[in-house]
Amino acid sequence: MKRQIPLFITFFVGTLLILSVFIPPMETLGEDFTLFFDIIAVFAFFLGGGNLVRVHVTKLMKRKPDWGFSIVTLVGFAFILAAGLFKIGNPGDIASSVTAEGSWFQESFNYILNPLQSTMYALLAFFVASASYRAFRAKNREATILLVAAFIILLGRTPFGMALTAWIPESFSIFQIPNLAIWIMNSPNLAGQRAIMIGIGLGVVSMSLRLILGIERTYLGDDRA
Amino acid sequence: MEHFAIWVAAFLTMGIFSFLYKDNAWYKLCEAIFVGISAGYWFVTLFWDNIYGKFWVGKGDDSMLYIGAFLGLLMLMRLVPKIGWISRWPLAFIVGATAGFYLINYFSSNVMRQVEDTIMPLLGPDYSAGAYDIIGNIVIAVGTFSGLVYFFFSKEHKGAFGATAKVGIFFLMITFGASFGYTVMSRMSLLIGRLDFLFGDWLGMIK
Repeated sequence: MKRQIPLFITFFVGTLLILSVFIPPMETLGEDFTLFFDIIAVFAFFLGGGNLVRVHVTKLMKRKPDWGFSIVTLVGFAFILAAGLFKIGNPGDIASSVTAEGSWFQESFNYILNPLQSTMYALLAFFVASASYRAFRAKNREATILLVAAFIILLGRTPFGMALTAWIPESFSIFQIPNLAIWIMNSPNLAGQRAIMIGIGLGVVSMSLRLILGIERTYLGDDRA
Repeated sequence: MEHFAIWVAAFLTMGIFSFLYKDNAWYKLCEAIFVGISAGYWFVTLFWDNIYGKFWVGKGDDSMLYIGAFLGLLMLMRLVPKIGWISRWPLAFIVGATAGFYLINYFSSNVMRQVEDTIMPLLGPDYSAGAYDIIGNIVIAVGTFSGLVYFFFSKEHKGAFGATAKVGIFFLMITFGASFGYTVMSRMSLLIGRLDFLFGDWLGMIK
């Protein structure tokens, strides 16, 4: 019962969606299910949010290392929840959009979440630089090809790359770095991308079949759940 | 008020950058704020968009959506250890629907469409392609085929098969190089954006 019903649901829903492609009256089923997903996702976020609170409250109660930062996380979480759910500071009334300019929720996004998020990603630029150092050592033929492709793409998108090969006559313009970068993107890169995409596609198809037919069951976890 | 908000944003931006020196309390503070605010932000966004927008207001006569809400409620059964196993039902629904949806869509877009676009007249539909396009078409056909040969692991990579797989590796390396180049550029542009904020919006040194 604990395992058979979920396996049946997976089989039934998966098969139904596949059949819906071939049976016109069932065509909208995919859209309906997508809506279900969206609603289920909110409840999953209830669980996620609850789990976040539980983890940090436990850390706080047990005075684990860095417990002070858990207070910050909890306060931040509570603040944005209150600002968003009660639409605090919204310029319009309660019916206006939660993301209206000037609302506490939107201001928190603009001046807290957005700077933090983009700086986190920007920080990766420094780590990419050190990774480049390791990747750009032409140790063998394959690494050399990677290096040359990356270098041409990088140079091709900068004014420096354009200036570097501007002297090449128009009849050989393909060898100008920006044009070479475009050609790499449109031909050899596309070929590699296609091989990867076809591989992923076949992998997804086989994995989907395994799930629908109940061969792959790891998502059910163990029976202690 | 906006002036204060810019100072807050600058404080948080520099806090994250402080990690470049070493893991420190300032960075951890910013990280803690990020976790809390980020989780709450997505929760609120999903609540207003999905529960309010699609279920409460947008439902109309579509009573089918109650099934979605019911499945969502079952998800919360995980919180009750004795009947936690019921939360597998919405999970099974999501897994089944995703599998069914992806099976068709990936097969159509990632496999059939890509194969169709690769198998094409090398000299153009009416033999009108120029040398540049012909070389490009040949490179795409050879690269895709050899790349696929590389991903075929049911046969040992030696002899002619191995040589083709080797050519496939070269094409894949070009793809990885191109992706790497793009990643570096996107991260750099984000970094420039943050520096532009610090020196422009905050310090006013860039007009």
